[in-house]
Amino acid sequence: MALANTESTVASDNATPEARVVLRKRSRPGETLFQSFLFICGAISILTTAGIIYVLGHESLLFFRSPDVSLLEFFTGTKWQPAILEFGILPLFNATLMTSAIALAVALPMGLSAAIYLSEYATLRTRGVLKPILEVLAGIPTVVYGYFALSFMTPLLRTLFGANTVEIYNTASAGLVMGILILPLVTSMSEDALSAVPRSLREAAYALGATKLETAVKVVVPAALSGITAAFIIAASRAVGETMIVAVAAGAGPNFTFNPFRAAETMTGHIVRISGGDLSYDSIDYNSIFAIGSMLFLMTLTLNLISNRVVRRFREVYE
Amino acid sequence: MIPARFNPQTPRRHRTGGVWSTLFLGAIIIAIVALGALLTNIMDESFGLVAIESRIDPATLERDGTLLEALDKEQLIQILTEHISAGLLRRLENDQAFEERDRGNVYALVLERVVEPEIVKTWSLTDSLLNRDAIKAEALAKYPQATLEFHAWINPAFMQMSQSSKPEFAGVRTAILGSLWTIAITIIVAFPTGVGAAIYLEEYASDTLVNRVIQTNINNLAGVPSILYGMLGLTIFVRGLEPFTSGALLGAVDTTTANGRTVLSAGLTLALLVLPLLIINAQEAIKAVPGSLREASYGLGATRWQTIWHHVLPNAMPGILTGTILAISRAIGETAPLVVVGASAFVALDPSGPFSKFTTLPIQIYQWTTRPQDQYRNLAAAAILVLLVLLLSLNAAAVLLRNRYSRKL
Repeated sequence: MALANTESTVASDNATPEARVVLRKRSRPGETLFQSFLFICGAISILTTAGIIYVLGHESLLFFRSPDVSLLEFFTGTKWQPAILEFGILPLFNATLMTSAIALAVALPMGLSAAIYLSEYATLRTRGVLKPILEVLAGIPTVVYGYFALSFMTPLLRTLFGANTVEIYNTASAGLVMGILILPLVTSMSEDALSAVPRSLREAAYALGATKLETAVKVVVPAALSGITAAFIIAASRAVGETMIVAVAAGAGPNFTFNPFRAAETMTGHIVRISGGDLSYDSIDYNSIFAIGSMLFLMTLTLNLISNRVVRRFREVYE
Repeated sequence: MIPARFNPQTPRRHRTGGVWSTLFLGAIIIAIVALGALLTNIMDESFGLVAIESRIDPATLERDGTLLEALDKEQLIQILTEHISAGLLRRLENDQAFEERDRGNVYALVLERVVEPEIVKTWSLTDSLLNRDAIKAEALAKYPQATLEFHAWINPAFMQMSQSSKPEFAGVRTAILGSLWTIAITIIVAFPTGVGAAIYLEEYASDTLVNRVIQTNINNLAGVPSILYGMLGLTIFVRGLEPFTSGALLGAVDTTTANGRTVLSAGLTLALLVLPLLIINAQEAIKAVPGSLREASYGLGATRWQTIWHHVLPNAMPGILTGTILAISRAIGETAPLVVVGASAFVALDPSGPFSKFTTLPIQIYQWTTRPQDQYRNLAAAAILVLLVLLLSLNAAAVLLRNRYSRKL
């Protein structure tokens, strides 16, 4: 209102229209244009999400509506053989769980240990040397890890446990190498959480006579627990969605087994193998990989949402 | 002397502390050892002894005591005419006239068509260095015809040759060109969009519902498995926008493909994939520009866009570029989404534009890795070396950029 008043008084004071000063915000079409363009750039991310949900939902719906598929069989069947119209996701799901569990068994304890060392023990110089090495590990493409699993880890396991027990393609080898892949992620996220704990807490622990280990494990880690938990959950989500290592090293062909030394195809591995071959659109095989994709999407999304929630709910804020 | 009951625990507690600190360090050391094993493994397979059997011994092709390698172009053509059928000769002439070919090209033809070397057995580098005599004996016993020589799987010819059905003549040129084309499209699409979105979120967006949704959504997209982007690309770009991505709409159909499984589809898919990462990195860079700079600019009467264009962006640019390079190096290594989008299993022709069939370096590595023969294992290792060198130089560029322009504002 103040603005409008000023304008009217200014206008009445000056008789000539040339000298009239308008204090209203000038319309700048250029500015608006740029702003709208930038908004569209931001909105593209929404379109991407909508696209993923639409694509997965639409094709999965076609799959589940097919007379050859029943929902119950999909979730409880132990055979996945599209050729004879057997669609039970359990063998794929089970293989995904096994590779992920092995990977997490490697990555979580080691990643957290490395993070504690870097944040609590390492001098500035050691940190400067060690961190870049872990970053290199994180920057290696996953297909290279796949190669590593097949040409190093598998022969190693076969020498250790005997070539008769360990098949050429096996979930153990893929899982172990995947653990190495995820380790830098766990380390860097946990380390960020540990470094965010204020110095005063450590000083207080030392003043009470705690050793360095006791300070780290009983004071710093609990204080950073929300961040560390989030790191663990994100790591699980990465493991579930990891593709190339399992596609190369875990085996081609769904197999319902709990033996980590046997070949078993994971959900991601199956999608890659099927879509890498000649696939006719709108066949039931084609739609089935979208159904698997939907499951994958739901699993990773749930994990990511939980991780966000954990950070928000349990974060301790220090001044 | 202090009575024992005052500090009964201390030595034990310190011992435990020492043990655990070693364990913590051990975790890092294991990670470093794993990295070392990975690199050694790749080097081990990239070089080594090979046993080569040739259909025709190169020694018998000598002319007037000159070795085959030293013959001039005319003599090589003569050898070619003597040893291959007239039909094949005509076909080669049709591909490219012999007058136009240079000596190196004709020499390669003589090797491929006349000498036909075949690698029958390969050994790893460590084996080749440590058990040379045993290998010699084995080669002599099993492959009496073969010559044993040291072979670097990564060599100039490997970089220049395209895909071939014979491992001896397979190279990564098509794959490298495919990667470059794909990445070029990814950068052209993702860089302006990503920076634009980051500017919007940092400089314009007020705390409304829509903007909060956009921000949360970007963070969540960064956690979606890459293979799902492949399925998105397959449905939207390859199938849905086929007239556009195959080039039909622009009248630029590549006769070899004529469907949507093109460089363009791959580049667009990767662009969507790196976009969240790029936006988050660019946001960090823009956030780091101090507010005083903006206030000063507004104070002088600049508009919002003028402030962004002349002050915020130039100061954030080093950070934005570093983030972009990191996002791009992630895209270069991506394999799974491209397999789903439909990288071709066998491309011998160089990609000529956005509407060509494509293969990329990681896809080539994947295909060679999954073949059972040892020779392909070696090829995969050599291709991995090429990929790692490429990524390492990109990352080095990012670090240099960061150090060069990181000044305190």
